[in-house]
Amino acid sequence: MGPEGLIDAIRARLGEAVEGVTDSFGDPVLLIRPQDLRAVMSALREAPFDYAVLLDLTCVDFAAAEGRFELVYHLYSLSRNVRLRLKTSLPADRPSVETVVGLWKNAEWLEREAFDMFGVRFEGHPYLRRILTYEGFEGHPLRKSYPWRLEQPRFPPKDEA
Amino acid sequence: MEPRTRLERQARPESMLLNMGPSHPAMHGTIRIMLELDAEKILNAEVEVGYLHRGFEKTCENRSYFNLLIYTDRLNYVSPLINNLGYCMTMEKMLGVAAPERAQLIRVLMSELSRVSDHLTCLAAMAMESGAFTAFLYMMKAREYLWDVVEFTTGARMTTSYIRIGGVRSDLHPGWRGALSKAVGETRKVLKDVSGLLDKNAIFLGRTRGVGTISKEDALSYGWTGPCLRSTGIAYDVRKAHPYLVYDRLAFDVPVGEFGDNYDRYRVRMREMEQSLRILEQVAALLPEAPPLAAGPAIEPEEAIRRSRAERAREPIRLSPNLEGSEKERLAGLSCQFPPVAVPAKEDAYTTMEGLIGHFLFFMAGKGIRPPKGDVYFSVEGGNGELGFYIVSDGSDKPYRLHLRAPCLHIVSALEQLIKGRLIADVIPTFGSMNMIGGELDR
Repeated sequence: MGPEGLIDAIRARLGEAVEGVTDSFGDPVLLIRPQDLRAVMSALREAPFDYAVLLDLTCVDFAAAEGRFELVYHLYSLSRNVRLRLKTSLPADRPSVETVVGLWKNAEWLEREAFDMFGVRFEGHPYLRRILTYEGFEGHPLRKSYPWRLEQPRFPPKDEA
Repeated sequence: MEPRTRLERQARPESMLLNMGPSHPAMHGTIRIMLELDAEKILNAEVEVGYLHRGFEKTCENRSYFNLLIYTDRLNYVSPLINNLGYCMTMEKMLGVAAPERAQLIRVLMSELSRVSDHLTCLAAMAMESGAFTAFLYMMKAREYLWDVVEFTTGARMTTSYIRIGGVRSDLHPGWRGALSKAVGETRKVLKDVSGLLDKNAIFLGRTRGVGTISKEDALSYGWTGPCLRSTGIAYDVRKAHPYLVYDRLAFDVPVGEFGDNYDRYRVRMREMEQSLRILEQVAALLPEAPPLAAGPAIEPEEAIRRSRAERAREPIRLSPNLEGSEKERLAGLSCQFPPVAVPAKEDAYTTMEGLIGHFLFFMAGKGIRPPKGDVYFSVEGGNGELGFYIVSDGSDKPYRLHLRAPCLHIVSALEQLIKGRLIADVIPTFGSMNMIGGELDR
């Protein structure tokens, strides 16, 4: 399956869940409807697409300019040696999407990171907890609304046991 | 008080809870492993990371593309040159430029030196933590020879910032050939010695063979890449799967393991170092000598500036010693000369109006490197696996978003599963074989 055929095959399989296809510096990018994300991911994980590796998951904050967060998934298929980028847009006031935990094992940590840094809620995540910052940290540091160099106490005040 | 962690909530009342880390003498790196124990047996584990989080990605959003390079040194601080390379090649993909041939060969040379030193550090720490202190000292010795080559050329052991967008900063140090062949020879000797010490060592085998085993399916599902993935038998290497630089013209093998246990991870790294040394020798043979510099008396920059007010200064200019290797004649072969991508030659900035304008246009805020709008992902084979950068540009001189795909985040996320059901002592070699680097993992 060449790159062109692949995109066609994905569109044929997933129908309306694929909102659009773009090209970014030579790499294909699929825009996915957020409510179909989990279904799309589970279809892509299986044959014939066979994206066995969730290479990366991250988020971009377009809240101020466009009123949305964009989740960016990178998948890799070992058998076909191709990468694929998928994006889905979430409203800035309530960024929430279904989890992909259960499809790939590293999703648990990657989604925790997106939650920690951007405040994106992953519905159905078994343990959505901060990962790089600490319990008691206020705000989500990679949001554009979070000031650079804002200082917070390194440790939250201890609870009285 | 409501327990904060899943482990505490789910632990049986009769279990003992134990914290390993965040600062533990047998663990290199600041990481907290919480264990639920039944005597020495681990019933459950939870790993907490982030102790070295310093806002790398946020900081990059507030730095120009040129200035943020120094932060990439501090990601995987054992192989900073590969981090430099990953970032610079991502930018080059965005800008649509390529480094000249000589710079590409130098980049491969630096990458492989870094890879060997990365693997040496990992295995040295792993061996030491399993009680093999001799192997640690041997490997640290070899690393010093390798870092000599790096230090001669880049001027630093770790914070190199040597590979630049569009090429490299300067040419190799005149004595690099001797230093390299010495380093390769010494490393070969050390690899042989360490192999002799550890390969059939009953204590080492007891702590690594069949310990920390991961299946192919799980390794892929956890997003493992690099030597850890290859230890399970999957020959995925970015240098082969998506060749960059001149790797497609070099002869090297991708060693794989069989069982995916600690011992296989050790063996894969050992064999990979041999392949890297092989690459180093090939690159040394391919790299021609640096073009000679113009002879004749050189004048001081001050004199050149004064003279160029009246007429163009023709004499060679004596550059500051920290610009050694980036003379104008050499820069052409080392760095893409497309104007706003690389630092313009210093001689021009001293003596010509255009050169001075070019210099300011490169360094002024709001000018300099401004890639087109869009987003890009590019990855190189780092010491730990696929080191990827995802950069979103809004057309300005600072990235709108920069994200690092840290290979060891994915690897360490499997630690809980690998140590569950094992003994406390197994945590040490299992964690050691993963080569967790805090700077990269926590960003």
